[in-house]
Amino acid sequence: MAVVFGRAGGAGTATPTIPPLVGARRARRRFGDRGFREITRAAGLSLVVMVAGMAAVMVHAAWPSLRRFGWAFITTSNWDPVAEQFGALPFIFGTLVSSLLALLLAVPLGLGAAIYLSELAPRAVRPPVTFLIELLAAIPSVVYGLWGIFVLAPWLRTWVQPALGHTLGFLPLFQGPPYGVGMLAAGLILAIMIVPFITAVSREVLLAVPRTQREAALALGATGWETTRVAVLRYGRSGLIGAILLGLGRALGETMAVTMLIGNRPEISFSLFVPGYTMASVIANEFTEATSDLYLGALIEVGLLLLVLTLAVNGMARLLVWSVGRGPTVVRE
Amino acid sequence: MTSRRLVVGLLTALLLASTFGVGPATAQLLINGAGATFPYPIYSKWFDEYAKISQRVNFNYQSIGSGGGIRQITARTVDFGATDGPMTDEQLKSAPGELFHIPTVVGAVVVTYNLPGNPKLRFTPEILADIFFGKITKWNDARIKDVNPGANLPDQPIVVVHRSDGSGTTYIWVDYLAKVSPQWEQKVGRGTSVKWPAGLGGKGNEGVAGQVKNTPGALGYVELAYAIKNNLPAASIRNQAGRFVEPTITSTTSAAAAAAAEMPSDFRVSLTNAPGRDAYPIASFTWLLVYREQPDEVKGKAIVNFLWWAAHDGQKYAADLLYAPLPAPVVKQIEAKLRQVAYQGRPLLAAQ
Repeated sequence: MAVVFGRAGGAGTATPTIPPLVGARRARRRFGDRGFREITRAAGLSLVVMVAGMAAVMVHAAWPSLRRFGWAFITTSNWDPVAEQFGALPFIFGTLVSSLLALLLAVPLGLGAAIYLSELAPRAVRPPVTFLIELLAAIPSVVYGLWGIFVLAPWLRTWVQPALGHTLGFLPLFQGPPYGVGMLAAGLILAIMIVPFITAVSREVLLAVPRTQREAALALGATGWETTRVAVLRYGRSGLIGAILLGLGRALGETMAVTMLIGNRPEISFSLFVPGYTMASVIANEFTEATSDLYLGALIEVGLLLLVLTLAVNGMARLLVWSVGRGPTVVRE
Repeated sequence: MTSRRLVVGLLTALLLASTFGVGPATAQLLINGAGATFPYPIYSKWFDEYAKISQRVNFNYQSIGSGGGIRQITARTVDFGATDGPMTDEQLKSAPGELFHIPTVVGAVVVTYNLPGNPKLRFTPEILADIFFGKITKWNDARIKDVNPGANLPDQPIVVVHRSDGSGTTYIWVDYLAKVSPQWEQKVGRGTSVKWPAGLGGKGNEGVAGQVKNTPGALGYVELAYAIKNNLPAASIRNQAGRFVEPTITSTTSAAAAAAAEMPSDFRVSLTNAPGRDAYPIASFTWLLVYREQPDEVKGKAIVNFLWWAAHDGQKYAADLLYAPLPAPVVKQIEAKLRQVAYQGRPLLAAQ
């Protein structure tokens, strides 16, 4: 065994037949293995310690607010720094609605682009399009925000919102004066920002689907669309869900571009035209000037809630991937 | 945000490197400060100019916001703090030593708007309060028309824009509204962030200005310096004396001069709604915060010398950067204050 695997074995410095040396090498290798194991374990554990430490520090700093407001913090909507009354419901609402809106817009677009790039696009088209999509992911969010303020919001205000108001104004979703900025603008900018993530990861997942899957489906007489649907998408679904949740995670935590476009009004409304506020935005906006312990505690509690929300989303994602992955992988149709 | 922090970090690193890099013969002194963003342009100009005069002293200033400045000077992690809103009695009490507020320059906040042709508009305090309460909602409201005869005011909703981030600018603005409207004082109050009864929030001066520029019918408030530099229309406001005053550096200094007459010895005075014929009513000092009893003799000396220089020679840089200089009586009062800054009971200021 040692002769086969040892690196020095072929160098001629040692003869594998001498037992003591083999023992020494074995011991050294065992030592090396153990060292490697310990180092990686330390790396793994330090991550756990970091997350736990972060949570502990946040709970400690948020304690004045946790004790003072209790559950009311997440069930009431009065956010008044002057009177030191804090209720974070509008921020939770804004974070969830803007992220879900972004997913609603980005998933069809991102998945569609990924399917095109991995299944249908001519070879010459793939690299440049893939490169451009990945370039979108590299643009800093403040640039998205500025583009949003100066291009997207005026465009929404002058064209999109009046048109939506005229045609679909009977729905509560599209009522109210067109400001340009608001939930719709925030959802749109988030969608644009998460599309490259969803596309890039989905494309990798689809490319990893074995060729034999497609060939088998085609051999059974499936059309192109049937092959993609039955043999490719179904095979890669857990990876695709992972891609979508990566996008969702980014949307939940995105701060700068959303802050610049959502209008920053802590209001809960069904209309997408109305300004809203997100958890990340309120922290970014008010943290620098929060002087009292209670105010600071309330902002940190918002951060803590965001952490919990992200954990919950990730947990659900895991559960979803797990339950989907467990399902039958054989094609029954 | 991150990139600015990165730049600040790199600058700090450079400063540190230059401080420790040189030999002991030319040992340099690094003085750390943190706080308000509003006076950052003039402060960085001052630190730059002062470093040319006094070769030994280097300043490192982090413009993290007034709240952060107050926290850091209270925790003694910096040598001086900076704030746009005076510390409260409670905050002063919780500090480990007696803190002095030293006024450095005067700033103003202006009302800007977006209407066809951007006519010169005039507002009374009552109209402004009611617009920000959401009670006056249209540009062609009879009360706005009354004070602006001849102006073309369209039948359009007023889109109110305020700062979404906590800021000294907001403090000055709501301090003014609280003084002119008892209802504002009672229902909203004063603070660097408040619960706004109406309007949209934009992040930073640029956020508010961008929102106003892009929204027909919008009205918001920004710093005077920002409005002048970006050619934004700025409304005249009726002051306590009943005159409509345009926001300029001169009218801002008038506000400070008028208030100087009743200046309390700790300088914690609000300049909003100041008396005086030519006083622009929405103005404020910005302050540096230093401990009366300095923990380090060399650093303490450098700080008081700098403050002395800033109150005298430094004032000539103010107008270029669109801040109003301190009125002469206030400078006299600052001189007296600086003489009290001490190390172990001995005044630090060299005879001037």
